Amino acid sequence: MTDDPTTPALAERSDQTAKRGPWSIAGRALRMRETGLILIILVLFITMSFASPYFLTWTNMRAMAMAFALEGIVVVGMTILLISGGIDLSVGSVTALAMVIAGLLFLNGVDPWLASGIAIVACTAIGATMGFFVTKVGLHHFIVSLAVMVIARGLCLLGTGGRPLGLFTLPESFKFIGQGSIGVIPVVLVVFVVVVVAFDFMLRRTTMFRKVFYTGSNPRAAAYSGIRTKRVIFLTTTLCSALCGIAGIIYMARFGSAQPTFGIGMELNVIAAAVIGGASLSGGTGTILGAILGTILLSVVSSSLALLDVSVYWQDIIRGSILLGAVTIDHYINKRRG
Amino acid sequence: MSTDTAQEPILQITGLSKSFGAIRALRGVDFELRRGEIHALAGENGAGKSTLMNIIDGIFLPDSGEIRLDGQVVTIKSPAMAQKLGIGLVHQEIALCPDVTVAENIFMAATNMSRAPLMDFAGLQRKAAEVLGRLGDIDPSAMVRTLSISQQQLVEIAKALTLDCRVLILDEPTAALTEREAAILFKIMHRLAAQGISIIYISHRMVEIFENCDRVTVLRDGQFISTLKVADTTPREVVSAMVGRVIDDLYPPKQRSEERSDEIILEVRGLTEARRFRDVSFQLRKGEILGLAGLIGAGRSEIVKGICRLEGEVTGEVILSGQTLALESYGDSIAQGLVYLSEDRKGDGLFLDMSIAANVSALRLRQIASGAGIIDDRREAAQALRLGARLNLKHGGIGQPVSHLSGGNQQKVAIAKMLSVDPKVIFLDEPTRGVDVGAKAEIHRIVRDLARKGVGVVVISSELPELIGVCDRVLVVREGRITGEVSGAEMTEDRIIYLASIGSQRRQVA
Repeated sequence: MTDDPTTPALAERSDQTAKRGPWSIAGRALRMRETGLILIILVLFITMSFASPYFLTWTNMRAMAMAFALEGIVVVGMTILLISGGIDLSVGSVTALAMVIAGLLFLNGVDPWLASGIAIVACTAIGATMGFFVTKVGLHHFIVSLAVMVIARGLCLLGTGGRPLGLFTLPESFKFIGQGSIGVIPVVLVVFVVVVVAFDFMLRRTTMFRKVFYTGSNPRAAAYSGIRTKRVIFLTTTLCSALCGIAGIIYMARFGSAQPTFGIGMELNVIAAAVIGGASLSGGTGTILGAILGTILLSVVSSSLALLDVSVYWQDIIRGSILLGAVTIDHYINKRRG
Repeated sequence: MSTDTAQEPILQITGLSKSFGAIRALRGVDFELRRGEIHALAGENGAGKSTLMNIIDGIFLPDSGEIRLDGQVVTIKSPAMAQKLGIGLVHQEIALCPDVTVAENIFMAATNMSRAPLMDFAGLQRKAAEVLGRLGDIDPSAMVRTLSISQQQLVEIAKALTLDCRVLILDEPTAALTEREAAILFKIMHRLAAQGISIIYISHRMVEIFENCDRVTVLRDGQFISTLKVADTTPREVVSAMVGRVIDDLYPPKQRSEERSDEIILEVRGLTEARRFRDVSFQLRKGEILGLAGLIGAGRSEIVKGICRLEGEVTGEVILSGQTLALESYGDSIAQGLVYLSEDRKGDGLFLDMSIAANVSALRLRQIASGAGIIDDRREAAQALRLGARLNLKHGGIGQPVSHLSGGNQQKVAIAKMLSVDPKVIFLDEPTRGVDVGAKAEIHRIVRDLARKGVGVVVISSELPELIGVCDRVLVVREGRITGEVSGAEMTEDRIIYLASIGSQRRQVA
């Protein structure tokens, strides 16, 4: 029996691990995934720049960046929610609802900034309501958000009569957040980078978000560690809808209109991106960086297929296959490691 | 049965090897099982017992080696095939469908193989009642969800019994059973053996092996060490073979009389929860280890969880070092220094897919973070290393996921998690369940060490020898009440069982 707790062998090994820090192994695995995603994206880029003369143009790059940047904000919310063990199918509808609420208020004479604030608060309230049904009533995220997805879409159509609201009189200062650039960088991209960097840091380093991982990894063990898991889930659910609200407002500024049918099927794209990036539907794992790379990958693929004149119907089939392939590879890697 | 057939091997395994990546789980293992014998398989966690059993049950295919059943070489490709060959395995972990009745669970395999298009529910109930009648008082029409863990374990065993097997493998079947239920199980085992069924019995408990088995095979580090007749060996010899060294003292020395203190760390007064326990009062003195004994379902864990406000609507007073606490949640309890080590390590004790370091810091993140709530990786690492070293945790780096550790080391992580907040009182619920002999002795020593340093320690255990070996004083719980207290020479298994099953005041026919 080794009575001495500091046997030399252990102490030595411990020193090494101290230098690498507690996230070293998880970090290495993630880096592997992220490096893999970056490589795939690069290969696609290079191939496409030969395959299509329009791919590596400023216009196309800008369009692609806009697309993944806005969706990326929603992906951040979804990833955090997935890590906590939840899921949200209502993201597309809630994003559209933010536009519709802000648009209607604006058309009725409310200042666009104030209208946007109200819309974001409304979306946050929707998230809180879902959080209530999940944590207090005890229903499943899937069902609650499915219901809200339908309800929010209904509200959009009801409020607009099903027609897009043209918001031609939006002030330039407001449109700037969706259409403007700082130098050559679109504002949308700046907002996106800020959101990503902030949440990536918080998720990795703050105690608040560490509790999100604990809760998703094993809710009972989290409760048995004194963590108020219901509150954590309530907050991640609310946060996801709030980020949808913010994305919706930027979409409105970008389009100069509010579209009640916007974002149909968005939830699938967003969930797929998070999962390709390493989030698990059973909670406890995922990173913002991975999820964003997943978003970029899907967006590059969409753009490539469009430029190659592939039928829209094929695009869906290909996107679905990528998701299935990514998850399958993942499954085998995990199995071998375990 | 004649001695002839009793000597005849039914299952012969030679040179079996299996690797998982770089890990060599089995290295040329030999094993022989005779007709109608109860053969114990012993070894520490990680010795290769489970791998061997999983190969026999067709869950894994071996890399090399030979399995002979009745002299014929067989390749067992799946559990379904194992079943057809007459091999039944009762896993240590319960794998029942919670929302289905006991009867349907018992006959799941039979239903699967049946060609009848419709379920014969009445028939199932009847047949299930027959099998269960031998095992204990379980209603075949009850939903499995409503049963206690020990009852579920009995259902698992009943399930295997219906499969008509020639070789029955029981993987730590008594881990969740009370002594009485275990005794019934042993009786059934002996009856099955007398009918010519061969039983492989996996257990850490020497007493059970020596009272019930014919032979014992010891594995260590994936290798075959020895097969001995139980009659020709001693528990000490088997344990030494398992750990590869002599274990002299299973239990650390108890509190010496001069260490006794009158200082009361924790006092509980009139703790009551509507359905599960009533009027529980006791005192915990500085330096002592207090045990809670009782049958499963008596309310031991519930009382302790009630004190910590983990569950239930509890009334009554909890007084820590003379101060009455106003606890509303387990978070409050942790803040005051009362912590609970769960009996279900995997279910609610640990975050298996997270790192050792992240597990250790879960109770109080604030102490490894800055004022703004930003975690300092180095402080987190230092904390895990410090506590890991204190508990002699064996690991390949504190970034390793806890799922990669052995049961004993996982339990040490769970204990490190408790110690990270410098608790004043620590409640340990089955602290050595599913832990190998070596780690068990270490945990016992850790617990004594904590008591010596002035931490109040309360231990719940279903293993009476452990309670008696570790505790200075034992309270007996029956039907949600404390029905007795034993200490010193009075602390015997007989006395505790008497108090736990019959009670102190009135005598009842059980």
